[in-house]
Amino acid sequence: MPQALGYLKETASQTAGPYVHIGLIPHMAGFDIFQNNFDNVLAGASTKGERITIEGRVLDGIGTPVRDALLEIWQANADGRYNSPADTQKKALDPDFRGWGRTGAHFQTGLYTFDTIKPGPVPGRNTRTMAPHINVWIVSRGINIGLHTRLYFSDETEANAADPVLNLIEQEARRDTLIARRTMRDGKPVYLFDIVLQGDNETVFFDV
Amino acid sequence: MNVRPQISDRDAEPIPNLFLPSVHPVEFFQRDRDIHPPAYAPGYKTSITRSPRKALLSLQNSLSEVTGPVFGHNHIGLLDNDLIRNYAKTGEPIGERIIVHGQVLDENGKAVPNTLVEFWQANAAGRYRHKNDTYLAPIDPNFGGCGRTLTDENGYYYFRTVKPGPYPWRNYVNSWRPAHIHFSVFGTGFAQRLITQMYFEGDPLIKVCPIVHTVPDETAIDRLVAPLDMNAAVPMDTLAYRFNIVLRGRRSTLFENRLEGN
Repeated sequence: MPQALGYLKETASQTAGPYVHIGLIPHMAGFDIFQNNFDNVLAGASTKGERITIEGRVLDGIGTPVRDALLEIWQANADGRYNSPADTQKKALDPDFRGWGRTGAHFQTGLYTFDTIKPGPVPGRNTRTMAPHINVWIVSRGINIGLHTRLYFSDETEANAADPVLNLIEQEARRDTLIARRTMRDGKPVYLFDIVLQGDNETVFFDV
Repeated sequence: MNVRPQISDRDAEPIPNLFLPSVHPVEFFQRDRDIHPPAYAPGYKTSITRSPRKALLSLQNSLSEVTGPVFGHNHIGLLDNDLIRNYAKTGEPIGERIIVHGQVLDENGKAVPNTLVEFWQANAAGRYRHKNDTYLAPIDPNFGGCGRTLTDENGYYYFRTVKPGPYPWRNYVNSWRPAHIHFSVFGTGFAQRLITQMYFEGDPLIKVCPIVHTVPDETAIDRLVAPLDMNAAVPMDTLAYRFNIVLRGRRSTLFENRLEGN
């Protein structure tokens, strides 16, 4: 009789529900309660790097915007280092950049935005370099376990072509679902990134 | 004779040498999808159009997954873990006063210290303070319904609140949510990110709730149900429930030359 392994089992995920804003972004739910609020502005006054806006919608299988979605992003700084103890690279941390933000889709339009900076490239597995990217996590009513995906940048053609994660996607046409399109608005770069939960243009989501 | 497996796919990545220093200090256990709800769970109707139908892309952890944001006490207000007081305007909120406490652990049974735990809930009448909640139950002027805290060095958290009420919702014509509290937990890496719900021991609505039953494994459902904990109750004041949360385990085992990985 072998010994039992004795690992605990992970707590099961449950949907965040339609009222996720209450707990995580109460201003959107319509009230003020916390002294400090988390929001969609990642770049401070002295953050290094190119300032960008990310804008998009989360679309369901019918093409309707998911107006109660909550999104979080997590990214490296302009030099390609994450502000986390698990990143032991010998690159400088940016004191004015945590690299994490959270927002909700607009209740009428379904649009979400983040104000941040473009991250630098980060080492991938086995010394391969990953193209600049932002990690995205989505929850909402009807999403039973948070969805992980990535946003890559349309003006990084060469880096994207060599990116080890994009290259794992066997169906080349689907790689485009992870690439945000760069446009300019009022002289500032805006990356457009719609996330499609289901259907022909379904975004590539990760089992990480 | 030992036969080593041959890597026939020329694009396959070489097997990493665990004994070399690595920029991936802590990888997570593979997620056991059998204990989580599938994306498509038609008993919960909203999942029908919001579920990805293509296979998820399996990704070995890189720095992007093993790192995650760090939160400190400067992010937390003094009353953030006291829902009885943090929105009180004219008096105390209506409802059964409770303490919810427990430990955030990983699958190795190891405490997850200093991690942000956020929670939100309906009031005692079953209504959320949310501009989109139009249920006919009353709003409690003294109850916001949300809070947050950091686990201590041993992974413990606690907060004080009132027991939320059950409420009807539009799934089947007569669907009701059992009383529940939503939890959001970070852990140490973005791949550990979890949102779940805690239910209360003895609630008969648990067994008829379509959202509870998106979880396919009955034992996993049991672990979402917090038992009454009379030893943590405050006599003549507040009842208590205990809810432990288990996040993904970390793969590394103790190597002499990799102490930082554990």
